[in-house]
Amino acid sequence: MSSSFRRLASSRNTAVLLASLGAGTVAGGLLLNDSSTLAAEARKKLYPPSSDFPDLRKHNNCMASALTPAVYAKLRDKLTPNNWTLDQCIQTGVDNPGHPFIKTVGCVAGDEESYEVFAELFDPIIKDRHNGYDPRTMTHPTDLDASKITNGMFDEKYVLSSRVRTGRSIRGLSLPPACSRAERREVERVAVTALAGLKGDLAGRYYSLGDMTEKEQQQLIDDHFLFDKPVSPLLTCAFMARDWPDARGIWHNNEKTFLIWINEEDHTRVISMEKGGNMKRVFERFCSGLKQVEHLIQERGWEFMWNERLGYILTCPSNLGTGLRAGVHVRLPKLSKDPRFSKILDNLRLQKRGTGGVDTAATGDTFDISNLDRLGKSEVELVQLVVDGVNYLVECEKKLEKGQDIKVPAPIVQFRK
Amino acid sequence: MPFGNTHNNFKLNYTVDDEFPDLSKHNNHMAKVLTKELYGKMRDKQTPSGYTLDDVIQTGVDNPGHPFIMTVGCVAGDEESYEVFKDLLDPVISDRHGGYKPTDKHKTDLNFENLKGGDDLDPNYVLSSRVRTGRSLKGYTLPPHNSRGERRAIEKLSIEALTSLDGEFKGKYYPLKSMTDAEQEQLINDHFLFDKPVSPLLTCAGMARDWPDGRGIWHNDNKTFLVWVNEEDHLRVISMQKGGNMREVFRRFCVGLQKIEEIFKKHNHGFMWNEHLGYILTCPSNLGTGLRGGVHVKLPKLSTHPKFEEILTRLRLQKRGTGGVDTASVGGVFDISNADRLGSSEVEQVQLVVDGVKLMVEMEKKLEKGEAIDSMIPAQK
Repeated sequence: MSSSFRRLASSRNTAVLLASLGAGTVAGGLLLNDSSTLAAEARKKLYPPSSDFPDLRKHNNCMASALTPAVYAKLRDKLTPNNWTLDQCIQTGVDNPGHPFIKTVGCVAGDEESYEVFAELFDPIIKDRHNGYDPRTMTHPTDLDASKITNGMFDEKYVLSSRVRTGRSIRGLSLPPACSRAERREVERVAVTALAGLKGDLAGRYYSLGDMTEKEQQQLIDDHFLFDKPVSPLLTCAFMARDWPDARGIWHNNEKTFLIWINEEDHTRVISMEKGGNMKRVFERFCSGLKQVEHLIQERGWEFMWNERLGYILTCPSNLGTGLRAGVHVRLPKLSKDPRFSKILDNLRLQKRGTGGVDTAATGDTFDISNLDRLGKSEVELVQLVVDGVNYLVECEKKLEKGQDIKVPAPIVQFRK
Repeated sequence: MPFGNTHNNFKLNYTVDDEFPDLSKHNNHMAKVLTKELYGKMRDKQTPSGYTLDDVIQTGVDNPGHPFIMTVGCVAGDEESYEVFKDLLDPVISDRHGGYKPTDKHKTDLNFENLKGGDDLDPNYVLSSRVRTGRSLKGYTLPPHNSRGERRAIEKLSIEALTSLDGEFKGKYYPLKSMTDAEQEQLINDHFLFDKPVSPLLTCAGMARDWPDGRGIWHNDNKTFLVWVNEEDHLRVISMQKGGNMREVFRRFCVGLQKIEEIFKKHNHGFMWNEHLGYILTCPSNLGTGLRGGVHVKLPKLSTHPKFEEILTRLRLQKRGTGGVDTASVGGVFDISNADRLGSSEVEQVQLVVDGVKLMVEMEKKLEKGEAIDSMIPAQK
């Protein structure tokens, strides 16, 4: 079974090469048969790109800011080697105009090649979302050496839990918006086979979403591990909930400190977490686990999607680079009421969320504090940034407790040139 | 999805076993019919516009259904879907439409003069009367599949056709994306406004894409003839009024449809129709007449009678709540309409409604007087 995928993977590599040379339609044309090409040609004449250009006047997302009629006209009829189109990339952004205050991304990749074939749209979006990062001229550093982290143990009087998450995609298989059932099942097979090879503190088991017992489901809910069918239109309009719950599942180690989600918004989401403030250990397990999984899939001829311009390739452009969100649940009763709180977070390149995760409000004085950035800085840099930042916040809290004044720190430099 | 066969040829590199959906927990017409063999036979096909088998069935895969309610679980992306995928859709149509065979012919009769009676339903019981259907414009793909360019072309042509109407049909078009607050409020109060679909049956079939682009509502000044543009079908046509004069509602329905059909024909985009399936619509459940003729009728006593369901079945009628499909009745008032769509004509179906409702009102009156209705229960129609 996997040998047919391997043949595909090598032909896809050729296609990737062709696509990166700008030959998107040529690579796509290899797979279309003649009669459908004729019908498609006729329809293209009847409906020029201008007739199809979406009405984005009321929209506020990165895609709407970047998509001009000229770019659309140029890209509309291109295909990735997987037959994925621009219209499919942007559908979620067309269907979800966005919020005046929150700027969503508004487009997704259907496969690794989307970022190449539709680079004229994705590059400005990446720049917009990732503080001016230019994929044409810059390179993204990858560093998963957890030993470099210093001062990674927080004061547990304030920090209640520590967590690091990222995503990984399996090269050669389409991403969740585009994948067929067969591809999605192959992602599950590749991931579950690799995870079954983990030993020691990482040994664990897999729970398929469609086959778990009521008891298993309840346990996963109680552990806060269970993920559900997406209801957010940002995801459903991007075709990510198709065929639910086919080939979706959750893997975790016996100690419940290393968790993998399979085929939710990305091929895999990898999470390392613990109660308490030992962020260094959380990150060590994260890096070790990732490296071992990578090794296990490589043994079978697979690899993660990665390149040196965009780092790790994930479905949403917002997660490119490291795809990493390192964060803590931390109590900051005094600091959170200080008017300088937001500015301090901004300068430290941190964001706050409620303890329910993205788009939730904080309960009481406990906040989820994590890194804002994903692309242009390495994993080690981002985790160190969170470590230093949270230590600073806790120091501020202690100062305020003693009636002392606090300082707003200088803003952190964005990119290593 | 528009343009291109979306992944289909690439998928053919994988085995049928790997691609076949898991339908083990499903209860819809598609899941009952689709076997692995059938899937294998049809998966390399596509319609001329690029609609594939997986496109047809996606909504049924994503919505396993309900143990009691049997949904259809598949949609057409264009007129040709019903040909190219007939090995799936013919059995689905047969299951849904009372054993309708691939060789059967469907009768179309929009001559309102052929309706007998229907102008004397008791307004003390029958609060309102309504007939709706759908129409698809030849040469365009259907809502699950069409591009923004096509949808806008459909809207443009529809506006042209509708705004050319006069007399009792003189009216105005309200595009969903640019109506004023005042207009929106009025359309809500008139119960005319349709909203972005939230039902996953529709959203999983791709029908809510690009909302509200290309969608709108047209109605005549009298507010008795209403057309929805680009909701679940290209056009949904509705004739309605308060009270029990179904005959008049049906007359307006037939005349209005005829007038707009002429205009679309002139532009070479007449209605999709063939003599086997009648009017072609997105959902196989609406083939044939696509007609639902019904009333809101007060039946507090009859509705609690133990034979109520059986009476409805024998009369070939169905009940719904006054909010429409999937709602409950309020205050003993029911929405009663024809159950059939395919295999009988428009006149025949409306006749069933007219005769059936008349009978049920008589039964209600009898029950009010404390009399029995057993002798009135009809034979199966």
